[in-house]
Amino acid sequence: MGAGHGHKLHYHGHSPIHRLPAHVKLLGLLGFMLTVVATPRDWYLVFVCYLTVLGVFIAVSQVPPPYIAKRMVIEVPFVVFALLMPFISTGARTEFLGLTVSEPGLLAAGGLLAKGTLGVIASLTLAATTEPRDLLAGLARLRFPDQLVQIMGFMIRYLDVVGDEMRRMRVARESRGFRATSLRHWPVVARSSGALFIRSYERGERVHLAMVSRGYTGTLPQTRADR
Amino acid sequence: MSAPVLEVRGLAYAYPDGHQALYGVNLHVHQGERVALLGPNGAGKTTLVLHLNGILAPGAGSVSVSGLPVTKANVQEVRRRVGVVFQDPDDQLFMPSVRDDVAFGPANHGVKGKALEARVRDALDKVGMSEFIDRPPHHLSYGQRRRVAVATVLAMEPEILVLDEPSSNLDPASRRELADILRSLAVTVLMVTHDLPYALELCSRSVVLSDGVIVADGPTCELLTDEVLMSAHRLELPFGFDPRAVRLPSAG
Repeated sequence: MGAGHGHKLHYHGHSPIHRLPAHVKLLGLLGFMLTVVATPRDWYLVFVCYLTVLGVFIAVSQVPPPYIAKRMVIEVPFVVFALLMPFISTGARTEFLGLTVSEPGLLAAGGLLAKGTLGVIASLTLAATTEPRDLLAGLARLRFPDQLVQIMGFMIRYLDVVGDEMRRMRVARESRGFRATSLRHWPVVARSSGALFIRSYERGERVHLAMVSRGYTGTLPQTRADR
Repeated sequence: MSAPVLEVRGLAYAYPDGHQALYGVNLHVHQGERVALLGPNGAGKTTLVLHLNGILAPGAGSVSVSGLPVTKANVQEVRRRVGVVFQDPDDQLFMPSVRDDVAFGPANHGVKGKALEARVRDALDKVGMSEFIDRPPHHLSYGQRRRVAVATVLAMEPEILVLDEPSSNLDPASRRELADILRSLAVTVLMVTHDLPYALELCSRSVVLSDGVIVADGPTCELLTDEVLMSAHRLELPFGFDPRAVRLPSAG
């Protein structure tokens, strides 16, 4: 329920990293990630280098490290999975911190954690230094399909509206004494989600009407001279 | 008199599910008039509005805007001439900033560069929202969003401004500010509402739409004091409100 909103990832600033064009940053992130993923997982030193590079970027961008650290909670599911791997994998056994675990599993878990963490830090740095609007413009400049860019733009714009609606529905539910405490209550939550979906869908139709009324024909027009 | 800005003749419409919403509506609005379209919930007001800019196509009858018939071929020009401000500003404002949103309409109609910038500034000036030009619409108050919604339509330089329930959900101060703005605009207005004091305040002429037909057309004050007409069409004045006791701020 408490999913973070896209733009809350942005950290306002004027560093050189903030000023870099969005499409350069996007390509940079993509290149970095492909390199990280392609690196054999037992080249430990190389991973340390990657982390150092990211550290330098974050330092230059002047985004406080705790700001990024807090938002890394999103990685938790992967961490849990990585922690399980040494126990559920097969193969040669080895001693690790007093536990008998699978050696290939341990290696795979280490690799997953290292690569995942690097990816999350890099993406968060991009999000912290780039406004969602500029990201979209960057994607458009990279010839990303126009329709997908439009859909993402609408998502950013309406996350707040739908989030508010969801909060209001929850408050209305709870004001009538409802609390989702047990499995028995799930059907109610499911029905509210259904209602939310229908409301959002209908809002989509109304937004489309309002757009068509102002002459929309399928492509968003250039609304600024400087783009 | 010149060709009416808005001319609706014998307009009838049934929704695809068979529900008939309009049964032969006739309506004329002339240059510079401010007309209130009154009617209870479910009278067909919104259906009528959606015909004015060609979103819905009439089952029978016709609509024309300054002499230009509303047809598939003319639809883009009709939408420039008829500016519709919808009830919920969140439906109308969808771009990442106020500037982009106000520019959306004129840009769709081919306005570019400096001219576009001038249109945006001018429209925001008219609604007193210039200082918010770079803000995202969802960070504005509801009253401010309503004013920006009006600006998004003014930027198209429409010949007629159609407002759907402009006063809904506004606090009294925002309501008055919006009224001041609407009075200051030199544009023909059709205001759809069931807020009768607001109609009296802003529009010297009103029409009543009930069950899909226009049942009355005349000076607002006269209609509002006709108790038989009012109660026959589920129109009620707020408690304690007497149209005869109101002093109007220079009728428009």
